[in-house]
Amino acid sequence: MIKHLRSAADLDAPTATLILDTAGEMAALAGREVKKLPTLRGRTVVNLFYEDSTRTRISFEAAAKRLSADVINFSAKGSSVSKGESLKDTALTLQAMGADAVVIRHPASGAPHRLAQWVDGSVVNAGDGTHEHPTQALLDAYTMRSRLGRLDGLKVAIVGDVLHSRVARSNVLLLTTLGAQVTLVGPPTLIPLNVAAALSPKTKVSYDLDSVLPDMDVVMMLRVQTERMQDSYFPSAREYSRRYGLDLARMRKLPEHAIVMHPGPMNRGMEITPEVADSSRSTIVEQVANGVSARMAVLYLLLGGKA
Amino acid sequence: MASPRADAPSKIILSASDLHRVVDRIAHQILEKTSGATGTVLLGIPTRGVPLARRLAARIHAFEGIDVPVGSLDITLYRDDLRLHATRALGKTELPGGGIDGRRVVLVDDVLFSGRTVRAALDALNDEGRPSSVQLAVLVDRGHRQLPIRADYVGKNIPTALSESVRVSLTESDGLDEVKLTGGEEK
Repeated sequence: MIKHLRSAADLDAPTATLILDTAGEMAALAGREVKKLPTLRGRTVVNLFYEDSTRTRISFEAAAKRLSADVINFSAKGSSVSKGESLKDTALTLQAMGADAVVIRHPASGAPHRLAQWVDGSVVNAGDGTHEHPTQALLDAYTMRSRLGRLDGLKVAIVGDVLHSRVARSNVLLLTTLGAQVTLVGPPTLIPLNVAAALSPKTKVSYDLDSVLPDMDVVMMLRVQTERMQDSYFPSAREYSRRYGLDLARMRKLPEHAIVMHPGPMNRGMEITPEVADSSRSTIVEQVANGVSARMAVLYLLLGGKA
Repeated sequence: MASPRADAPSKIILSASDLHRVVDRIAHQILEKTSGATGTVLLGIPTRGVPLARRLAARIHAFEGIDVPVGSLDITLYRDDLRLHATRALGKTELPGGGIDGRRVVLVDDVLFSGRTVRAALDALNDEGRPSSVQLAVLVDRGHRQLPIRADYVGKNIPTALSESVRVSLTESDGLDEVKLTGGEEK
């Protein structure tokens, strides 16, 4: 097993499959009365969050607690970071406290890679800048596999703000490793060609959502990340929504079995309409539940064995 | 536990027909001790406990026409030696419909050795529900207990040295039925 999970590219097909299988067992355990497992008793997991997050932080916290690990939550607000402490000094503090794993979210791409050089424990990337978010990709892959039964040969459209999306990057890497065919869809300003090619040569690119939909098994809508946009990438929110938003009319173009995903948080009315988000094809709530199982699997596989 | 070399001397302890007779006997004993297997659930511990539990249920069905619920109970997440080895892949836990609350659970495993697997299984059971009682059936008891645990049904007691290893093969997982003792010092 690997020591850190910094990028979805850290995972080869057998390792990724092992994580998904383990997540399946963890999900089965979530149905019972006593959800807690003694497996990581005495281990400490630090949630190091330099960026706001609801579901990812809570998801990691729930996962670690269900495995009986001690959880320390650290958010940059209200800590010495606001007094100017560097990532390195914070890392050394955590190291001195004996963290077995550090789950980090950071606005700077690559922060988990640096952190891994300073701490002895495992580092799990919970989203770094516009770079990667590997556990999101794992829970998405898990959701696809449990809904559609397979990943190999699956056709997946990732739609929207690919440029700023760490979710898209991790998903392209992981899904390609597991044999799925990914098509990136969005306005040309938000999908530079070199990004698609650099991620995986097998990835396709399209600027026309309507022509892509009839062929897809999965459509993953991305959030338009206005907070990361310093330039204007499209003329207006309304125009974006007209061309790349998923509404009921577009959803009907999908094959009967196809599912609609969104990593959250959603801009309802922008990239996805409420009717689509709340339809039976949408797996958005399921993705959150699967997130806990997938993160339990990652924590168990990183921390469960011999250090 | 270091596994013995491939060329280490080995001895067949149970042949296929011995093994079938032993499973038949345990099935009879379960029927006898549980007054006809009423309110009883068989839970196999992966890997080889699971097919053994299924065989016991099949034999009980053949003898008395009773369908005993069968399931599996993976104990990996409850092991006390997780930190001594590389991470282990998980097995399947599948409880039969109706669960285990208020029922008599018979745990089924292939080899009883230190007793630590059974200890972990008891902890796992505790989180799954509250059986009225728990019993243990094993194909082979090789001794060397490290915990105060004993089996209710034993296929065969085999005195072993710690350096020896007991290898159970079942058709379902290994293509043949056989119990072998390997390794140990040459006499």
